[in-house]
Amino acid sequence: MTAPPISGRADADRPQPPHPSRSRVVRDALGVGVAVGLSGFAFGVTSAGAGLTVLQSCLLSLLVFTGASQFALVSALGSGGSPFAAAAGAFFLGARNAFYGLRLSQLLRLPAGLRPLAAQWVIDETSAVALAQRDRSRARLGFTVTGASLYALWNLTTLGGALGASALGDPAAWGLDAAGPAVFLALLAPMVKGRTERSVAALAVLLALAALPLLPAGVPVLVAALAAPLVLAATRRGRDGRGGRAGQAGTASGEAGR
Amino acid sequence: MSTAADSWTAIAVTAAGCYAVKLLGLSVPAGLLERPLVKRLAALVPIALLAALTALQTFGTDQLRLTLDARAAGLAAAWAAVLLRAPFLVVIAAAVLVTAAVRALSGM
Repeated sequence: MTAPPISGRADADRPQPPHPSRSRVVRDALGVGVAVGLSGFAFGVTSAGAGLTVLQSCLLSLLVFTGASQFALVSALGSGGSPFAAAAGAFFLGARNAFYGLRLSQLLRLPAGLRPLAAQWVIDETSAVALAQRDRSRARLGFTVTGASLYALWNLTTLGGALGASALGDPAAWGLDAAGPAVFLALLAPMVKGRTERSVAALAVLLALAALPLLPAGVPVLVAALAAPLVLAATRRGRDGRGGRAGQAGTASGEAGR
Repeated sequence: MSTAADSWTAIAVTAAGCYAVKLLGLSVPAGLLERPLVKRLAALVPIALLAALTALQTFGTDQLRLTLDARAAGLAAAWAAVLLRAPFLVVIAAAVLVTAAVRALSGM
């Protein structure tokens, strides 16, 4: 659950021969699945440190299975946020998976009966691997192998981390309270590519820190989400001011969508 | 820490919501979510949330105050690891180890 959006990773990091063999697809998929699956350990430790039980931590990995949302939820609960504010933050982070699903549904063309099962595996990594393939059969293979290996390992290591954390005692003494923010930073870094992205990140930090002393726990992060539409509106206005047609077309269709 | 009932509520709502958006993406006809503004926001909102979460978890306390403690040193180490393109787990380990070391040495 650490991959950057598809366009960054699939193109930059994975130069592929025109027709990679099926074993090559399996090897790549396993590489991603294993590397990221092991990060479930960090989630298990963080979740336990936030006060969730081992059962709750494991159910989150089994049922939510999208890393950023899981980390966000447990840290909001750990700081005493309301359950709905906590869930809202996690939900907004998970909403990007809908856009992966859109692209995957055209690529994989899964039978209707398989879709409810496959949906649970629609995350950053499976999408990155599947969308990097040249044809449907390799995309299906990449999606399945990444999904299966990542799901299995993420859940096993969540259990290990949650059990191990309770044996450690006070998480702060081991510096484990820094694991959460480090995870967010590691997830964020590959997404911040241009000026707009940097502006959104900077404004979100300002909004969140300003709101922290004023609003109930869990709400500042939702306030910070406003940085995205605010920066987008500002950049569009700038573009429209210079007479750009593309910005106007985007604004018009966006307004129709509201 | 929230109450146990609160935690279960949050877990149930999050699990249902996150599964629903995944299934939605696989199921709706293409084009419905393909508006440029919607796609742009979908890419930018996670950036805002993750940046906010990073800052809040580094400089916030459970008493909803701002503070500067060993976690900031840990985050600086994580940042350095990110700039060096270290793997995910190395970034986390750097933050944890530096935070623990600074805390042990300074009592922060």
